[in-house]
Amino acid sequence: MSTAPDAADIRRRTRELLAAHPPATTGPTDFLRARFDAGLAWVHYPAGLGGLDAPRSLQAVADAELAAAHAPDNDPRRIGIGLGMAAPTILDHGTDEQKRRFLRPLWVGEEVWCQLFSEPGAGSDLAALGTRAVRDGDDWVVDGQKVWTSSAHLARWAILIARTDPDVPKHRGISYFICDMSDPGVEVRPLRQITGEAEFNEVFLTGVRIPDSRRLGPVGDGWKVARTTLMNERVSIGGARVPREGGMIGPVARTWRERPELRTHDLHQRLLTLWVEAEVARLTGERLRQQLVAGQPGPEGSGMKLAFARLNQEISGLEVELLGEEGLLYGDWTMRRPEGVDFTGRDAGYRYLRSKGNSIEGGTSEVLLNIVAERVLGLPAEPRDDKDVAWKDLAR
Amino acid sequence: MSEQPAAPQAFDETRPPDLLYTEAEEDLRAAVRSLLAARADAAAVIAATGSATPYDRRLWDSLASGIGAAGLLVPEKLGGQGASHREAAVVLEELGRSVAPAPYLTSAVVATEILLALDTRAAPVAALLADLAAGRTTAVLALPPATPAAGAAAALTGTLERTVPSVADAAAADVLLVPTAGGLYAVAAEDPGVSVDPLVPLDLTRPLASVTLTGATGTLLAEAAPAQAAVARGLLAGAGLLASEQLGLAEWCLTETVRHTRERHQFNRPVGSFQALKHRMAQLWLEVVSARAAARNAADALATGSPDAPLAVAVAQAYCSRTAVHAAEECVQLHGGIGMTWEHPAHLYLKRAKADALVYGTAGRHQETVAALMELPAP
Repeated sequence: MSTAPDAADIRRRTRELLAAHPPATTGPTDFLRARFDAGLAWVHYPAGLGGLDAPRSLQAVADAELAAAHAPDNDPRRIGIGLGMAAPTILDHGTDEQKRRFLRPLWVGEEVWCQLFSEPGAGSDLAALGTRAVRDGDDWVVDGQKVWTSSAHLARWAILIARTDPDVPKHRGISYFICDMSDPGVEVRPLRQITGEAEFNEVFLTGVRIPDSRRLGPVGDGWKVARTTLMNERVSIGGARVPREGGMIGPVARTWRERPELRTHDLHQRLLTLWVEAEVARLTGERLRQQLVAGQPGPEGSGMKLAFARLNQEISGLEVELLGEEGLLYGDWTMRRPEGVDFTGRDAGYRYLRSKGNSIEGGTSEVLLNIVAERVLGLPAEPRDDKDVAWKDLAR
Repeated sequence: MSEQPAAPQAFDETRPPDLLYTEAEEDLRAAVRSLLAARADAAAVIAATGSATPYDRRLWDSLASGIGAAGLLVPEKLGGQGASHREAAVVLEELGRSVAPAPYLTSAVVATEILLALDTRAAPVAALLADLAAGRTTAVLALPPATPAAGAAAALTGTLERTVPSVADAAAADVLLVPTAGGLYAVAAEDPGVSVDPLVPLDLTRPLASVTLTGATGTLLAEAAPAQAAVARGLLAGAGLLASEQLGLAEWCLTETVRHTRERHQFNRPVGSFQALKHRMAQLWLEVVSARAAARNAADALATGSPDAPLAVAVAQAYCSRTAVHAAEECVQLHGGIGMTWEHPAHLYLKRAKADALVYGTAGRHQETVAALMELPAP
């Protein structure tokens, strides 16, 4: 058995890739395909699937070499759902054929992915979802409605969970599929949100046919598979170092320095309290990052989203007030479809409105507090009466 | 605005603070924790607070000399352990967790840091420092405990004929460091001209006394200018490491509250299963996690002599003061009736947390320091 590659191996392989496919004379897609085939896409993935079975930390070695050579990247912001959620799920639960078919175009960015999980009637209680998948020969026929789907209008594929057995308790009757977004039964409608724009979509599924070969994991085991996806959704925190005043406090502090005429005593006290809290949140993120680097991941990550949601909301709320008459204006209500979301982008009014979503998306703050209380502190769960009831008999 | 002011205190890209604990620090923690568990459990501390001098001499000897905690800040060549504020902060986390009365913050941190900031080649300074580091002697700064670092200049006033209305841990001190207009003096507590009169403190675990000097004799340690800088440095270190005491205190309050609400049953359920309670504890956990990052940052900045230290200390105090008070208040409330009794230790933590919120400057004072350092001025 060969040993896992070390930093020197990764560096050598990266230089060989750059020599064989000089970024200056290679098309971006060709270069990214070659990088995938060289195992330098995500080095911790298996050999043959874009990786080298190397420690995850060694990715930084390849990335540094590639950045120095001005190699094209795969625009992770555009394909975040594929990279962060679909790929780890396919890797953990997919068949060899599914891995070979889907991972390469996913990583290269040739095929965009979206996630068909949330429904109008299943938000925090995702396992109560009602989209039905009924077996018909070698296919499944899917009917239902999904919501809060970013990138659905750009996506080639979707990860989808649907109910395959309504007669058993909700967690047991779900299966996990890869859905073809070009199927004629898929209808995508923009979902306009309080900022005026539409980052998200509603997706209506009517008689969508999915071959059984695009099922991920066993029939009825979809909740377990979905947990892989959802765990990966919250792993992304703790990446890069953030500079002081690097978050939403930055623009407020700059306005305070530049425009003395806006200052009041009440705003000053609130600004200083929030400045301290933002700095402490930055340090908490830095400490979490150092723990990850040292190989001692702590449970702190579950708390960071809670902290940033509240801070973003309070800071942006303060900013609107600080701006006085200007705070009464809003940049632009035009219905647009942004490619990605920028929490600190645009004007104060936009930041104030968009940050309201921070305590809802990716797990509401109320659910996250339950998770911290039960999984980190070990407090007992609330008594539940939904776990042993067939899905079809639940109140809705 | 045509001119864009550069952000002050530019972020240091080169040397991130080390916010973790080393193995040696964890070993030190284990030693201090086991000593405190053996000699200062809650019942012992409550019983001791019946006295104006609740200090346990054997506990102090074991902590200061046995473990060597009194000399952590002092270089080996001056008789200490040659460690740093990072290690002293770990000792304070454990002392905060136990709220045992011990003059560690006042003597082993503030007084010791003041002496380290003076000319340590001078014989009186070196001798006192060696005694403090070895745990043979304790010394306290004769200033009211709420004095912030910014108050150092105003503190150097008057003569050795004076009354200081309130001094923390004066009853445990062998030596008083007395700032005067002429400089900083060391005065033996046993000097016939010194009178130490206990007060009735809010926080029974950090006793206060008024100190009256009439015809006392002292040893001049430093002239006014170096003394002022040294007192400011001592108070800065005190404020910075107090954050670690507050962290330990908050952590105890959270742990005990979680333990209690898991065991206490009402309405045929553990009360900790109610969301109304568990959300409050989860929120507190988040504050404790954040306080740890802030406190480690302050300790690391002090240990490395970083130019960022005044800001790191102000941020840590502004945050950790509130976290400790919040944790102690939640601890009392979520314990219900038992939390209001003298028998249960929750009140000791509430009193210490509230008093700590004033010691070396309130959160509001520290936020004013943030405003000055970050150029975020008041209207």
